Order: sequence, then structure tokens, then C-alpha cells
Amino acid sequence: MEHRHVDTDVAAKTEAIVGRLKALEGPLLPILHDVQEEFGHVPQAALPVIAEGLNLSRAEVHGVVSFYHDYRDQPAGRHVIKLCRAEACQSMGGDDIAERLLELLGIDWHETSSDGAVTVEPVYCLGLCACAPAAMVDGDVIGRFDADAAASLAKAVRT
Amino acid sequence: MSVNIFIPGDSGAVAVGADRLADQMAEAIKTRGLDAEIIRNGSRGLYWLEPMIEVETDRGRVAYGPVKSSDLNGLLDAGLLEGGDHPLALGLTEDIPFLKRQTRLTFARCGVTDPLSLKDYRAHGGLTGLETALGMSPGAIVAQVTESGLRGRGGAGFPTGIKWKTVLEAEGAQKYIICNADEGDSGTFADRMIMEGDPFVLIEGMIIAGIATGATKGYVYLRSEYPHAIRVMNRAVEIGRAHGMLGASVLGSDYAFDMEIRVGAGAYVCGEETALLESLEGRRGIVRAKPPLPAHKGFLGRPTVVNNVISLASVPIIMDKGADFYRDFGMGRSRGTIPVQIAGNVKQGGLFEAAFGMTLGELVDDIAGGTATGRPVKAVQVGGPLGAYFPRALFDTPFDYEAFAAKDGLIGHAGIVVFDDSADMLKQARFAFEFCAVESCGKCTPCRIGSTRGVETVDKIRAGDEPEAQVTLMTDLCNTMKFGSLCALGGFTPYPVMSALTHFPEDFRPASMTQAAE
Repeated sequence: MEHRHVDTDVAAKTEAIVGRLKALEGPLLPILHDVQEEFGHVPQAALPVIAEGLNLSRAEVHGVVSFYHDYRDQPAGRHVIKLCRAEACQSMGGDDIAERLLELLGIDWHETSSDGAVTVEPVYCLGLCACAPAAMVDGDVIGRFDADAAASLAKAVRT
Repeated sequence: MSVNIFIPGDSGAVAVGADRLADQMAEAIKTRGLDAEIIRNGSRGLYWLEPMIEVETDRGRVAYGPVKSSDLNGLLDAGLLEGGDHPLALGLTEDIPFLKRQTRLTFARCGVTDPLSLKDYRAHGGLTGLETALGMSPGAIVAQVTESGLRGRGGAGFPTGIKWKTVLEAEGAQKYIICNADEGDSGTFADRMIMEGDPFVLIEGMIIAGIATGATKGYVYLRSEYPHAIRVMNRAVEIGRAHGMLGASVLGSDYAFDMEIRVGAGAYVCGEETALLESLEGRRGIVRAKPPLPAHKGFLGRPTVVNNVISLASVPIIMDKGADFYRDFGMGRSRGTIPVQIAGNVKQGGLFEAAFGMTLGELVDDIAGGTATGRPVKAVQVGGPLGAYFPRALFDTPFDYEAFAAKDGLIGHAGIVVFDDSADMLKQARFAFEFCAVESCGKCTPCRIGSTRGVETVDKIRAGDEPEAQVTLMTDLCNTMKFGSLCALGGFTPYPVMSALTHFPEDFRPASMTQAAE
């Protein structure tokens, strides 16, 4: 019962988003961004609504959602840490710091901690290459991300 | 008289504490009763000095940095507002050697002005290029851009004027200007800096491109990893509309041009222009076969200019100062200036805009001052994750499209990433394959499968499993990827791999063999 109620809510809100954006040229990505912003992920129940609104098949919409790294199929943790794994950050020891942080949090890439506190994702370049290693925590950028910063971050996301 | 204090709002500065500093400064101004105003400028691009505070004085702007929160009171006590002396004082900003040695054409205003003040923009030479263009025929604008020698700064180096001419001559009721702001290459941040630090110059460049080609609608495809740039660009477009820069009548002329900011969704391959178009249309970012060229059948099948941020942002000064002015900088067929982004393990990292022709060695040893760790430089990757690793032996290579190609490398988007002698080039080669596997759109086999087979082959080399045969296999695989891939992702992944192998063969021998040889 509860489940169906949630799906109805998702459908209604998604329909509103589709209605607002479907006149754009190439509306699908803007719609998916807003859906994810609304629900924290792109729920399965949103897909048929989007498909119908844009006159696409459900498979086409699924194909787009699954193609892009940004779209989640389930909610992330309360905090989302993105660690840059690209070359400039590697050159400043980013790999070791990332390993250390994952160890402190007890999770691997793309995983969410069992208490739901934090999700860690790789990112390939935040454009902060001159103050590497770089990270992004809940949308806030962090440069010169060293072992101390990793340790205090690991603590901060748990409180 | 109120004193202007500049604290960058650039995300590179924010990442190292600029927001907190600005808050504290605002608080200090209040509690100390100072007559001062904080302006959140862009970054000057001297990132090792960020957060860098500047104060406007009679002598000019005086800089301090890198400023920590705990330094603020001491700075104010030392007479920050009058440009007073302090251990963090850097003197006049313009005289800082890293900045003084540059030729800032595209980045002339970046870090100088308030990015969202159209008044500031105009006061510093903005809009004059557009005003000049409004008095010219489309064909004459295209000719001027062609004569300037401007080539695509995204990496391909295709002449911008030729691309525009193709779109100008294409038939179509609706044409588009699309700005590729999907700056995904590691070691590059020029697009981000200009969008955050001088957004109107990009808008102006897009409008000029629109007038030149008959396009009335523009899109900026901006990567989601740049939330600051997204906010600034959206705001700048609103301001541009409110002040008649964008809209049905550009600056009161008969030309119409409007634009939107579109946000990507974390796919590196969408930096490839045809994948970008697919993505913008709302599909998977799968590379299209060419022809048809985007200039003929681009966004929604209509004639479309797809240009990189820096290419478009360089257009206003070309229209303002003339084709000759721009073309007189540079060397060979690489004309004008290139904003080199110095990153990774360097003492002085940041943006260095200079005429083409500087050597890699000058940039790494002289400008960047060597490594941050103080260890010897081992390798420099030029041009992002698809660019080659250069050893010290090739440091005499000048920054020039053809010179880099002659050394089996590429300039790409002009990012250079420095590694010290602790770098393991086998690991870097593995990463190049791994990155390609993660980001491949999957359309063509060499890229989709080859990248994964590449990772496996490198792992076998590491494990000492017939390493010589594996190196031969890897070389053959790279050859297939280079010539058999549809776009630069699969086609250029061999650059980092093969350059690592060619210049650092010792890293491709398993540890046991290296030890035996010693």
C-alpha cells in the first residue's frame, strides 16, 4: 500500500516536471536532472511518466538514465563525497588519500555506508587541478585535500 | 573613499577557503568600522597563492596570499587597506612575475573585474568587439576570424573561421551556436576559469558567432562537475537579457540572439562534439559518424557551430583589435595566444596565457618552478587523459599544434600535468586504458573492448606473465584503437599508453626482471 502511495507521488511530481520542461529543445536531460533533484535519485516509477510525456519508449528513457554517471537508481547517503581520480590529483598522491578515506569509512567506490551517512563516488576532474588533490562534498569544493582533511572529513560525515 | 577588496569567488579559490575568508572579512569590516567593499572577482590563475586577496590602492592593486583565516586580523593590523607591508604581501599584482610574463588577451579581465558586473565588463573593454561586429556583414566577420588564424582550442585545432563559413553557407531556417563547455580533461581548467571569472566574454563571443553565421540560438553544454560555473553562467545570461545584450534585438540592432545553459550528466565522451549533440538532444551520448558534419546537420539536424569555450571567448578581442593584432602572436600555423594550464605536482600551478611558441621546459622548470614535492620531474602529460607523456628529453618542444604532433603528442586543451620521479608509468598506462573503459560510449569495438583488454594486458605485464609478448600485444592493440576508433576517446588513448612505453620502457619491465638486470 505504502509502496503504491510513493509511486503515485513520484508520478505526480514527475508529471509536473515534464510539463514544465517538455517545450525545451532536447528536454530529457533537464527533466532527469530535476527529477533527481526532487527525489535524490531517478525512481523507476518516474520513467514511464517521462516516456509518455516525451513520446518515447520506456526503454529509450532507461537507456539514457543508465548511460550517464550522474543519475542514480537509488538514493545516496546523507553526504556525498566525490573524489577526483584523474591524473593531476594522482600526481599529488590522490590515490593514497582516496584509499585512506575509503578505509576510514569502511566502504568502496560507489558504495554507501550501512548507516546511510555517506556515499563515495569517483569523479574524473573537478577542474581544480592546480590545487590537487581535489574533492567535492555535498557540492562544496575542497582543494589540497590531504590525509588530515580526509581524517576530519571521515569524522564529520558520521556526526 | 571606500576601498575595494578583492577576494576571488572562483571555485579554485573557494576550494582552499576563499568563501570563509570573505565572510570573515565582511565581519571585520563591520566590527572595525572600515570603509571598504568586498568584490568577489574571478581568479588571476595564480593558484598556489590562493586565496589571494587584492586591495585597490593609489599605486595599483596590491596582492596578499595565500591568506589563511588566521592571517586576517594580522593583515588588517598591518594596514591591508592601504596596501601595507606584511609577510604575505606580494607587491603590485601586475608585477608578480608569473602574471607579468603572460600575454593576457582572452583572459584580460579574468580576476580583474566583478564577473557579474556588465558595467565593469564594458569599462574594461567588453562589448567593443560585438559593437564592431554589428557594423559588419556576416561574411566580413567570418573573414576576420579566419584571418586571425584562430584554431579550435578544445583540442582539435580546426580553423574556427572555416567552421563558421560552412555554417554561414549552409541552408537552414534555424541555426545554432553550441559552446562545448564539457571540459573533462584532467589538468585543464581554463574554461571553468573564464566562465566563473569573465562570463560575458563567452556570451559576447557566442553572439558574434551567431551574427556571423545566421544563428539566433545558442547553448552552452556545461559539465555538471562545475556547479559554480553553472551558477555564474546562468546569472550572466539573465543579466545579459535584462540589459539587451541578448534577446530579440542585440544591443538595439536588428540581430536576435538568445542562449541557454544546459548541464551535462557526468559523461566524459560528451566532450566529443557529436556525442555532445546527441546528449543535448536528450539521448545517450553516443558518437555520431561523420559526415554529415555538425556544420551541416548538427543540433536537431540543423546547421550548427560547435566551438570550445576558449575559442569563442577569444573572438571578442579579435573583432575589437583586428585579425592582424591576434595573428601577430604565435608561431607557424599556431596563431594568437594559448592559455596553458599548469597543474599537478608543481610549485606554481595556474593559468599561463602566452603566445604559442613557449617550450614545455620553460613552462615546467621556469614558470612552474619544478615540482611541489621538490623531487625531479619525471614526466609531463600534455593535453589531458588522451595526451602523451613527455620526458625531459622532449622539453624543447614548443607549444605549437604541429610541433607537438611531430613528437607523437598533442596540445589538446593545453593542460599540462607534471609528475615527479615517484610516478609509475605502467600504472599511468593502465589508468589511460581504465579511463577509456569507464568513459567509452560503446559504439565502436576498438574503444569499447580494446580498453578493457588493455587493462588486462597491463596487469599481465605487472604480474610478469610473458611481459615481452604482452608489450607486443599492447602495441598492436594501441594500433587498432588508434586507427579503428570512431572518435578521439578510443583513437587517442594510445597516446598516453604508447608515450609511457616509448619514453619510460624501464617501467614496463616486471620488478623481478629489473632486479635481475641490476
